[in-house]
Amino acid sequence: MRILYFAWLRQKTGIAEEDVAPPAEIRDIAGLRDWLATLSPGHAAAFADAKQIRAAVNQDFAAPDHPVATGDEIAFFPPVTGG
Amino acid sequence: MARIQVQEALFDMAAESAALTAGRTDVGGVASFLGVCRGDDGLAAMVLEHYPGMTERALGRIAAEAEARWPLTGCTVIHRVGRILPGEPIVLVLTASAHRAAALEASAFLIDWLKTKAPFWKREEFVGGDARWVAAKNEDAAAAARWSAKQG
Repeated sequence: MRILYFAWLRQKTGIAEEDVAPPAEIRDIAGLRDWLATLSPGHAAAFADAKQIRAAVNQDFAAPDHPVATGDEIAFFPPVTGG
Repeated sequence: MARIQVQEALFDMAAESAALTAGRTDVGGVASFLGVCRGDDGLAAMVLEHYPGMTERALGRIAAEAEARWPLTGCTVIHRVGRILPGEPIVLVLTASAHRAAALEASAFLIDWLKTKAPFWKREEFVGGDARWVAAKNEDAAAAARWSAKQG
């Protein structure tokens, strides 16, 4: 599973992308987010405020209950601010 | 089919506008929105980050939604990324149609949805070295939501 971080999530984790193999019981975005937060102090800081985090699965916006699977490209980022 | 472009370089608004009317006589109006980097509070530069791949996909979907809601003869969305200086353009939305109402409404729709549904993030760099990520605004969400309530 490929994980991408953008904006301050990238800064706080210190990485732009990583490959992870979460345990089988991680089935959705919310579960994955909580599991990723345990990987390092940087990850914990990045995921500290779940309300400020949005996600995409395979380049489509995804809600916290959206399922995740091996082979997915999953991105975490703050609310968008383009335009 | 909309023209969608994500690029670091400056764009030529006049040339983009001319391209929407070139060789055709069915266009009655071209509406535009040009987003420009304001230099508030000692801003030195705006740095635009995006999610390559998803950005183009999201912009394409937003443009397709505009084309489904209004009878457009053409549509162009160009969004810059990277380092943008105060006074420089950030984003261009152009819509062409036989009549002005469709062009004007579609251009407003496109920028409202783009602001809340395309994966861009702005970071402000200030004179003196401070920097901060721009927070999403509630009024942008409200502006986007008004198009959800209405059938095009």
